[in-house]
Amino acid sequence: MDNNTAIQLVNITKSFGAVKANENVSFDIRKHEILALLGENGSGKTTVMNMLAGIYYPDEGEIFVNGKQVSIKDPKDAFDLGIGMIHQHYKLIDVFTALENIVLGLKPGDNNDMASARTRVNDICSRYGFEMDLDMKVYDMTVSQKQTLEIIKVLYRGADILILDEPTAVLTPQETERLFTIIRNMRNDGKAIVIITHKLNEVLEISDRVTILRKGHFIGTVNTKETNEKELTEMMVGEKITLDINRDLIEEKHLRLQVRNLTVINNENKKVVDDVSFDLYSGEILGIAGISGSGQKELLEAIMGLQKSEEGSSVIYYSTAHGVHELVGLSTREIISYGLHLAFVPEDRLGMGLVGNMGMTDNVMLKRYRKGKGPFLHRAQPQQMAIKIKDELEVDTPSLDYPVRRLSGGNVQKVLVGREINNKPTVLMTAYAVRGLDINTSYAIYNLLNEQKKHGVAVVYVGEDLDVLLALSDRILVLCNGKVNGILDGRSAHKEEVGMLMTNLKKGDQHE
Amino acid sequence: MNKQPFIRIRKKDDRPFWQKLVIKFAFIVLALLIAALFINSVTKLNPIKVYVSMFKGAFSTKRRIWITVRDTCLLLSIAVGLTPAFRMKFWNTGAEGQILVGGLCSAALMIYLGNKIPSALLLVLMFIGSAIAGALWGLRPAYFKAKYNTNETLFTLMMNYVGIQLIEFFVDIWDKKQSHSVGIINGDTNAGWFPALFGQQYLLNVLLVAVITIAITIYLTYSKHGYEVTVTGESESTARYSGVNVPKVIIRTMLLSGALCGLAGFTEVAGISHTISVKTSGGRGFTAIIVAWLAKLNPLVMIIYSFLIVFLNKGAVQIASDFNLNEYASNIITGILLFCILASEFMTNYEIVFRHKEEQ
Repeated sequence: MDNNTAIQLVNITKSFGAVKANENVSFDIRKHEILALLGENGSGKTTVMNMLAGIYYPDEGEIFVNGKQVSIKDPKDAFDLGIGMIHQHYKLIDVFTALENIVLGLKPGDNNDMASARTRVNDICSRYGFEMDLDMKVYDMTVSQKQTLEIIKVLYRGADILILDEPTAVLTPQETERLFTIIRNMRNDGKAIVIITHKLNEVLEISDRVTILRKGHFIGTVNTKETNEKELTEMMVGEKITLDINRDLIEEKHLRLQVRNLTVINNENKKVVDDVSFDLYSGEILGIAGISGSGQKELLEAIMGLQKSEEGSSVIYYSTAHGVHELVGLSTREIISYGLHLAFVPEDRLGMGLVGNMGMTDNVMLKRYRKGKGPFLHRAQPQQMAIKIKDELEVDTPSLDYPVRRLSGGNVQKVLVGREINNKPTVLMTAYAVRGLDINTSYAIYNLLNEQKKHGVAVVYVGEDLDVLLALSDRILVLCNGKVNGILDGRSAHKEEVGMLMTNLKKGDQHE
Repeated sequence: MNKQPFIRIRKKDDRPFWQKLVIKFAFIVLALLIAALFINSVTKLNPIKVYVSMFKGAFSTKRRIWITVRDTCLLLSIAVGLTPAFRMKFWNTGAEGQILVGGLCSAALMIYLGNKIPSALLLVLMFIGSAIAGALWGLRPAYFKAKYNTNETLFTLMMNYVGIQLIEFFVDIWDKKQSHSVGIINGDTNAGWFPALFGQQYLLNVLLVAVITIAITIYLTYSKHGYEVTVTGESESTARYSGVNVPKVIIRTMLLSGALCGLAGFTEVAGISHTISVKTSGGRGFTAIIVAWLAKLNPLVMIIYSFLIVFLNKGAVQIASDFNLNEYASNIITGILLFCILASEFMTNYEIVFRHKEEQ
């Protein structure tokens, strides 16, 4: 151990019930360095860092900070040791200003009055290159600004070791660049930085060393300069896999959905979907890009009859089997009972798409439980379907009655997508279909979507990873503030172009 | 700084069934031991004698056994009545009021139609009337929940007080002797009383509750309505996604729940007390909430917990009279037992880890 080692973890083990989240994990974090902690979802990255932040306490193992063995019982212990973690879900008070959030919880005295706090915060900002209006209220901030505020807050409390949990998940490419610049500044200033991530290109761009975890185990640490995307993937997944997404061009296309002037106003009287018009064809994947909360969710829900559309909206559904229908004005129940084959994989899998406490059979039955005569349920057919889905998609579940909420994220999504595909849809809409899934399951889902496209299904793919959107989609529709800010060809579009459209409304569209 | 916390709590939800049973049993033994310690230190009595006395309270004579069974059934019927609403995560705290208005309706029919129509027909009318009265008492909070998303817990709770006042009002009207009570209704003719079946006074109570319990179990597990109730309770978004008409399900289910609680009022008035007062519900509407939850909303398991609670109550009363204790002392014993049952629930899903000894 040399003077540069900030934290050393030795044989850390942590389990939750039967689940071993970490088993004998050992690695070190150094000053003047950016360490990427790489692993798939469920590999235990966040758990091990939460033990440094005082959220969890390890079952076994030792932690050394600056050479001394320590016991981190709560977040205060972590702060005293100079460890600060920026979680995925920000912990800010909405109605307070940036500065108020920074000093919140600190004892008065020690130069923590507002005036001297302001000076010190300004020092931090100019030192690392933050741009922040200290009097802005949190509810007026973008996601990126909130993240900046969280980082400043941690630095203000004197952290020398910063842990960032999936910091780029919610950022546009431009915002990511800005964040990386700041991270480099902090490293050059001598801080130790850990970035938890599963995005390989970012690992290669920003980090100095990479530590890889897989299924709770420590796999290895490599120097970023001496590795490549392929090697990292193999270490992360444990086998060789190809990272190519197929994109066939289907020549035969039929109009399936014609969306015109679709407008949705939410409870807070805000136009969340604003005059959206587009066409959707069979045999294509239409990608929908946008920073989170740009109206993606509401758009899909409005088509499904789950959100009320405003007057003047029109969604016309064309299908060979069922003729032409105007969907605006129909309830979800009517759409289902007319036999219209609209499949929808919502963003909130267990909160909207499935019932967590029910097993596969009862979940497969969800949209078809009314079928069959009489007041009682007919479980025989759904059970057959559940068996079919379990076999075809290789769902790993102890039994068809086992509550789906206890399955892993990937298996939950397989049940949901399996059910929606099973009904032979004409239109298949998916929202964040691979969020939180491991690489293998993600590619299984991409393949399923591609297969559906080949069968002539019109597929909508709302996504957040621009690389995937660009590789998978035939066309990309970019939403910005609920408006369509451009529809690009998936094969020729550039990432930067999409990123710009996500954040900057085109001129001429800006005035109401 | 380098010391582990002394105890930590760790999730452990994968215990096999037999282990859970052992834990539950161990906690009941523990409860008996703690209670014994308490009895001995406060009253200097022999705890074993006290427990024998408790047992006597519920089982010493044939009549006592029947009364224990009768009261178990009454409590069970209320807990089962709450179940549809609770499965929907509609927190019906208004069983008290629903029981009272059900009982009120039964009593009114007994008083006004008592000797004018055959008793069997009267009983049928009382059955229907009390169910409707209970359902109407449940309808208002359900309607406002469905339409305006008001808080059902407070709303149903407040409806209880309206029910109590309503009873006070009618007791005043029907009370002819200025004694602040209605007295036994139709004591001379027994019109509207549950008839004895096969010579057993309370057999009808048992049969009625058995039918209700089985019917509700089937309804919730195998019917389309029951499926809608569960989905709505799990997540309203999922319910809407699957095309469930959520307001309709809320209102329908609460009508059912209210009607079942109203029927409990009917059983109490026609089958047990043959009178009506604000004490007709006797707090069972709240006790039943505990029963329903301890049984994790499974009607068949509720049989066990209803019995346990009735047994404890009978035992408490018996101890009080046998040893000249006041009832608070015996309530403490009941409290200790219930507390340990709840603790056993926790311990079946979590474990406590003590600081490791230095390994060297």
